[in-house]
Amino acid sequence: MAKITLDNLAHSYLAKPSSEDDFALKELNHVWGDGEAYALLGSSGCGKSTLLNIISGLLHPSQGRILFDDIDVTQATTSARNIAQVFQFPVVYDTMTVRDNLAFPLKNRGAEPAYIARRVQEIGAMIGMEAELDKRARGLTADAKQKISLGRGMVREDVNALLFDEPLTVIDPHMKWELRTQLKSLHHEFGHTMIYVTHDQTEALTFADKVVVMYDGRVVQIGTPQELFERPAHTFVGYFIGSPGMNVIPASVSGSQAQVHGTAVPLSQNFGTLAGKVELGVRPEFVTLTEGEGLPVTIRRVEDVGRHKIVRAQLFGKDLNIVAAEGQEISPDMTRVTFMPDHVNVYVDDWRSEGKAA
Amino acid sequence: MADTATAPGAATIPGDVAPSVPQATRRRRFRPNGSVVVMTLYLLFLLLPIYWLLNMSLKTNTEILNEFTLWPRNLTLANYATILTDPSWYTGYINSLIYVVMNTVISLAVALPAAYAFSRYRFMGDNHLFFWLLTNRMAPPAVFALPFFQLYSSVGLFDTHIAVALAHCLFNVPLAVWILEGFMRGVPKEIDETAYIDGYSFPRFFIRIFTPLIASGIGVAAFFCFMFSWVELLLSRTLTTVDAKPIAAIMTRTQGASGIDWGVLAAAGILTIVPGALVIYFVRNYIAKGFALGRV
Amino acid sequence: MDKTINQKAWFLVLPVLLLVAFSAVIPLMTVVNYSVQDTFGNNQFFWAGLEWFDEMLHSDRMWNALGRQVMFSAIILAIEIPLGIFIALNMPKSGFWSSLCLVLMSLPLLIPWNVVGTIWQIFGRVDIGLLGHTLDALGIPYNYTQNTVAAWITIVVMDVWHWTSLVALLAFAGLKSIPDAYYQAAKIDQASRWAIFRYIELPKMAGVLMIAILLRFMDSFMIYTEPFVVTGGGPGNATTLLSIDLVKMALGQFDLGPAAAFSIMYYLVILLVSWVFFTVMTNLDKKGS
Repeated sequence: MAKITLDNLAHSYLAKPSSEDDFALKELNHVWGDGEAYALLGSSGCGKSTLLNIISGLLHPSQGRILFDDIDVTQATTSARNIAQVFQFPVVYDTMTVRDNLAFPLKNRGAEPAYIARRVQEIGAMIGMEAELDKRARGLTADAKQKISLGRGMVREDVNALLFDEPLTVIDPHMKWELRTQLKSLHHEFGHTMIYVTHDQTEALTFADKVVVMYDGRVVQIGTPQELFERPAHTFVGYFIGSPGMNVIPASVSGSQAQVHGTAVPLSQNFGTLAGKVELGVRPEFVTLTEGEGLPVTIRRVEDVGRHKIVRAQLFGKDLNIVAAEGQEISPDMTRVTFMPDHVNVYVDDWRSEGKAA
Repeated sequence: MADTATAPGAATIPGDVAPSVPQATRRRRFRPNGSVVVMTLYLLFLLLPIYWLLNMSLKTNTEILNEFTLWPRNLTLANYATILTDPSWYTGYINSLIYVVMNTVISLAVALPAAYAFSRYRFMGDNHLFFWLLTNRMAPPAVFALPFFQLYSSVGLFDTHIAVALAHCLFNVPLAVWILEGFMRGVPKEIDETAYIDGYSFPRFFIRIFTPLIASGIGVAAFFCFMFSWVELLLSRTLTTVDAKPIAAIMTRTQGASGIDWGVLAAAGILTIVPGALVIYFVRNYIAKGFALGRV
Repeated sequence: MDKTINQKAWFLVLPVLLLVAFSAVIPLMTVVNYSVQDTFGNNQFFWAGLEWFDEMLHSDRMWNALGRQVMFSAIILAIEIPLGIFIALNMPKSGFWSSLCLVLMSLPLLIPWNVVGTIWQIFGRVDIGLLGHTLDALGIPYNYTQNTVAAWITIVVMDVWHWTSLVALLAFAGLKSIPDAYYQAAKIDQASRWAIFRYIELPKMAGVLMIAILLRFMDSFMIYTEPFVVTGGGPGNATTLLSIDLVKMALGQFDLGPAAAFSIMYYLVILLVSWVFFTVMTNLDKKGS
């Protein structure tokens, strides 16, 4: 267990990166707190796996340093870093039994046989494979194999960090839930520093204490699930998290009021005068359909998804989503929307702007 | 809240990212690499005998026999000129190429439908048939030399290209079926079903849709058919005398009354390597995949 | 893949059947026919039963040839399979150097077999060959036409030169199919180089290696042209392998009966050994699952 510090870190797969675009991972400073569970969330190709592989030492960064508990490990090998990592697709040693697979990392580090036997039994129980311990790994199903990979990742107790690279992709949905819960309880029990890479927001939000959202090689926001939901730091975060994502509406802002196509929209804070590309971000949950006041919309269709209704509408020719309560009637007279002022975020050039109390 | 305000990405935009050059070079510094040594030695072992043949083919017989030189002192192309101007020499190449191409075409033509049947359907005796086909790949050509001679003589095909091409089918057809079956198994069956639903007839489906999908497999099978037909000598020599005599058999002619004409022999040898080298050059990007025969 | 039952598939197999029947079954029948008959010439044959088989089974000539053949195949398998794997492990994985290695390594495979023989015949000659001349200059007695050991070393080295690349290329294809994640996981598990080979690379290569062993066994057991060109089976009969002996008997001496009986037993031995190889290996494979 360790605190992991990324100092001025950046990585390019090219030998001589010339511009910022050549970097798969753009300059980054961050401290991963000891014993915390993080989720690294982003769409594919955003650099999250690159970051993970740099932490585990499979990749060496083009610039910057990595420190484990304030010791520089940038040039240290993977095994010297003493971390565990689970990959997207199951990696098992086909010719070994499940038991030998789980024991492998311990054996390689010269642990006591008695300890290995006990530990393997524990992990076997944890991943629900006690019965199959003496089977060969080759014939098992993909999710059984992935459980072995997870088990192999967790078998060492003294690791500095546990890294997961989209480990549940190949697992059945109901099993996913179970394994994620187990990982979480494992975290509570042993307090490992965990970093969990995923592109699935549900997975990220349910697993982690803190979610790190990446976009285009850059960390755009780090925060609790609630912060990501209420105060997305970047329009990408707003769009990526939530279902449907945040509505982004071009506007102009002065003081504590925004103008959308000539209609005034009240804001809860004072932003002064903003220059650049100014947009309002409002989550569909905070948009209310009304009959008389607010911005004019045309309703295209209503989707009933069970717990609530999603109203697909258009606002000045652009898509706008509204979440309405399950019991609410949608009448043809509802041609306008209002936003809850507390939940309207203002973005300048895609980054969230912080206002002063009005 | 605190975290949102100090989102690290936001703080460094537009980040002035400079690569740290010293570090990059430190990692890429030269170190003696065992693999390079191993590969160099192995390739040297492979190429030295071929180089020696090339070296000899460019020398005069006097130089070959009287001086021991590592490279030709009196570079001469006379040996090649002898071969390329004498019809009894160069027709050997033409003969070889004719039956090799014929064999490749025949092998693929019959192997394609059969491989499809084995990869898609179960039918009476399919496994036995498949294994029996493969046993033909295990048949020693020496066993078949005499019966082939008699068989092709009795049907009047002796000393024709087609006779050699058919004889080589003995080992190339089973191989082609086996390779193609491996590649075809990799094509999902749903593709066939979709095509039939879309109203394709079997021949049209096979030619228009299926064949392009296994093009690499066909290439690999063709490569192996070419290879084994080109390099074989025992059968091709037994089945021919004059009209279809392969170059490999003609090479034995250099043993004249005055001893062996080493220079011409070496030149002829080098010329037999050329078609193979050309084929390899054209398939160079597929070699690694090809040798896996669709079965990895 | 689950296959559908369809007896019409026989029609697709028919062309192969006809062709193979023509080029394998009919000649094989001829061989069987000869093996049970005797002749006094003039195309007059009479029934000889299993006489020829009996004779061949008691002939030292065949047993000696078989002994030499088994020794040859065993030696070249013992060298080529490990060496091929070793070379494959050392090959550059991608890029220009990888392509270059592949191209150069494929070269010996596409040289006509008698030319392979010729190359080594020349290369080993003391008067004009680089190898023979060099050994001679170093004071090492080497003459593959006179000395049995030298003849054996020459044909074994020639076969290694000719065919190790095939094993290496197959093994390389197997290695290339291993996803990076396996190597990364091994690093994280702190596996040793040997463990990576033993538990990741070897299992992943098992399939292609099986093909390599089968092919190399079959082809080495049938080898004729290359050693014939180099040594002609000599000195004496020291390098007379099965095929060389058979051709001598059938086409040289025209002893049709014994040659036919020899042929059939020869073919059966190859089939038997291949079958044993095949079953043992597929069983090993199945035991894993």
